[in-house]
Amino acid sequence: HNSPTFLFVYGLNKLSSESGTDLFGYVGIEAVLDQMRSKTMKAGFEFNIMVVGQSGLGKSTLVNTLFKSKVSRKSCTPNYEEKISKTVKLHTVSHVIEEKGVKMKLTVIDTPGFGDQINNENCWEPILKYVNEQYEKYLREELHVNRKRRIPDSRVHCCIYFLPATGHRLRPIDVEFLKRLGKIVSIVPIIAKADTLTIEERQEFKERIRQDLAANGIHVYPQKEYDEDPEERILNDRIRESIPFAVVGTDKEHQVNGNKVLGRKTKWGIIEVENVAHCEFANLRDLLIRSHLQDLKDVTHNIHYETYRVRRLNESNMDFSELGLSTWLLENGTADKWESESHL
Amino acid sequence: MATFLNEVWRTRSYSNQDICPKINASSKQRPRRVRPLSLAGHVGFDSLPDQLVNKSICQGFCFNILCIGETGIGKSTLMDTLFNTNFENFESSHFEPQVKLRAQTYDLQESNVRLRLTVVNTVGFGDQMNKQESYQPVVDYIDRQFESYLQEELKIKRSLHNYHDSRVHACLYFISPSGHSLKSLDLVTMKKLDSKVNIIPVIAKADTISKSELHKFKIKIMSELVSNGVQIYQFPLDDETVAKVNTTMNGHLPFAVVGSTEEVSVGNKMVKARQYPWGVVQVENENHCDFVKLREMLICVNMEDLREQTHTRHYELYRRCKLEEMGFKDTGPESKPVSLQQTYEAKRQEFLVELQKREDEMRQMFVQRVKEKESELKEAERELQSRFEQLKRLHADEKAALEEKKRLLDEDQSSFSKRRAAAQLLQAQSLTANGKKDKDRKK
Repeated sequence: HNSPTFLFVYGLNKLSSESGTDLFGYVGIEAVLDQMRSKTMKAGFEFNIMVVGQSGLGKSTLVNTLFKSKVSRKSCTPNYEEKISKTVKLHTVSHVIEEKGVKMKLTVIDTPGFGDQINNENCWEPILKYVNEQYEKYLREELHVNRKRRIPDSRVHCCIYFLPATGHRLRPIDVEFLKRLGKIVSIVPIIAKADTLTIEERQEFKERIRQDLAANGIHVYPQKEYDEDPEERILNDRIRESIPFAVVGTDKEHQVNGNKVLGRKTKWGIIEVENVAHCEFANLRDLLIRSHLQDLKDVTHNIHYETYRVRRLNESNMDFSELGLSTWLLENGTADKWESESHL
Repeated sequence: MATFLNEVWRTRSYSNQDICPKINASSKQRPRRVRPLSLAGHVGFDSLPDQLVNKSICQGFCFNILCIGETGIGKSTLMDTLFNTNFENFESSHFEPQVKLRAQTYDLQESNVRLRLTVVNTVGFGDQMNKQESYQPVVDYIDRQFESYLQEELKIKRSLHNYHDSRVHACLYFISPSGHSLKSLDLVTMKKLDSKVNIIPVIAKADTISKSELHKFKIKIMSELVSNGVQIYQFPLDDETVAKVNTTMNGHLPFAVVGSTEEVSVGNKMVKARQYPWGVVQVENENHCDFVKLREMLICVNMEDLREQTHTRHYELYRRCKLEEMGFKDTGPESKPVSLQQTYEAKRQEFLVELQKREDEMRQMFVQRVKEKESELKEAERELQSRFEQLKRLHADEKAALEEKKRLLDEDQSSFSKRRAAAQLLQAQSLTANGKKDKDRKK
């Protein structure tokens, strides 16, 4: 506990205590980290993830693989009775999962019907509407006079967009969706069912997609503008160089070299899902869950939500500072105007 | 081995939520069934608290302490002792006409945690003859900080995560070590502040009280606080990790503290202490005073909770009162939920109508004034005109009179000149007659 305490007097002289841990001793400020940790663990976390893609691209399987449990129901199972609807209808499912004392309420928003129709014009509309409605709900709660202690957060923190592994480029539907939703939510594009591409094909495909994204002005997560310090920039640059991740999902386990691994067994071999030489599922999982989960939530709260709020308040001409000024004017009267007239 | 809870999964029905075309302001949603799920392997979100903590480390923490106490009671010394540094302090005089507050901000760092600490001291508290309004500057200061946070929160373009939070998180109230009871100034001040800030009362200069007196003093203080309905900050008991230590500490309130930045050698160590001829009072010795307990509670155990309480309880209360004052409500006259937007629009309309009325009034006043001035001017003009006419007439009369005089004068002149001519003629005639006579005589 004898860590030296450095003092920087604000704006005045700097005092540092390299010598003499006798003079400066233990204060205990760093205990605040533990306090914060225990408080947040007690409160629990919320995470809302949306999966968008045509049916059959493996959305539910991927979510189940990510969270290692049967979170979503696969549409190919025999008990699945959904008809193909004429429009995109969103399904939300919530679960509470716990790991080592950390409780998380995970909400998965599925979008069956996206891109499945013959005419797919405006199929992103329901999704756009849903995302904005969550922002609206949060804004309403935030503007209440009597607010809840903790506003329930149903805003979409992350949207995983599934690109079919065609090997060519982005399709028009992809461009349209990414353009529109990239502005209001953090999108993580991935190449689904990537076990149909060889490594070279995969690299070329990714390169072409990155070019297309840049050409269309689409910014996916992690956005360059929001990097806060050089360290983060280096980290995120590495991620940006390898998006979209080529993933393979599965919930079956097989024996490989005496270990049980998650994998897809085919006649020509076993594709190990968590092996980075085979596919980039592990990278995606690390990005989403192990390193950038809090950042995804922060970007949604501090940037996307604020953008929405600014737009909304401007639309309804709600300028509270104006209101504050107006009450003052009414109370104190426009006294100086009177005086100027009286000397006529 | 995958352990899926198949039964749970199959009996769950799909919670289908269509998108409602319109969100109603009353959040009457279908209660969604949220089931717990067990994980088949290590997912990795247990690193979430660490991710959060790392972000906070990058951003740094903010903590604001308000110290209220009489001049010379040891506020600055205690702050120095608490944070192991030497803040720039100067002694204040006892002759301040009013209570003022002085806030100073410091950036402290311990290992990798950066803390922006603001210490606010009262200057001149308890020095005036009339102490009735002593609490007011303190209340005003606290309200001002809440107000500026509220303003920031209500801005259209706001940056809350970069905002330097200046709201007071903890208020240390220094009680004089009289050994009897609380002063009425103390009670009045604490009563005014208990709904605005977390109050932690401390007994200052506790080395002037003996142990037995201290015990009685503490009991007396606590009972007085309770009987006057003053709500001081209670250390939270809901978190199991700290509940036990907090309960014991709650029983030791108010802490009797001694502050000192001077070092005295005791045994073979240098410790912070106060040296008297009869002994040495060691600040960090739990038998001598409660300083260590205060440091534990304030910084090591409950700093985060103090900040949270300030934000979720005191600030929300202030916000609620302020918005209600401005006329915003959550439910309308028929107790239907009213959105802020509707209230805002209504207020805005009201204000515009009021403004219009004021404008019309002013315009009317203006027109009237102009008319008045106009008539005044006309009056003046008329007067001038009449005077002018009068003068003109006067002038004409005088002129006529002068003309008359001139005429008379002319007449006189002409008659005079006639007479003169006649006289001259006569003279000339008489001269020539005389000349003739003379001539005749001479011949």
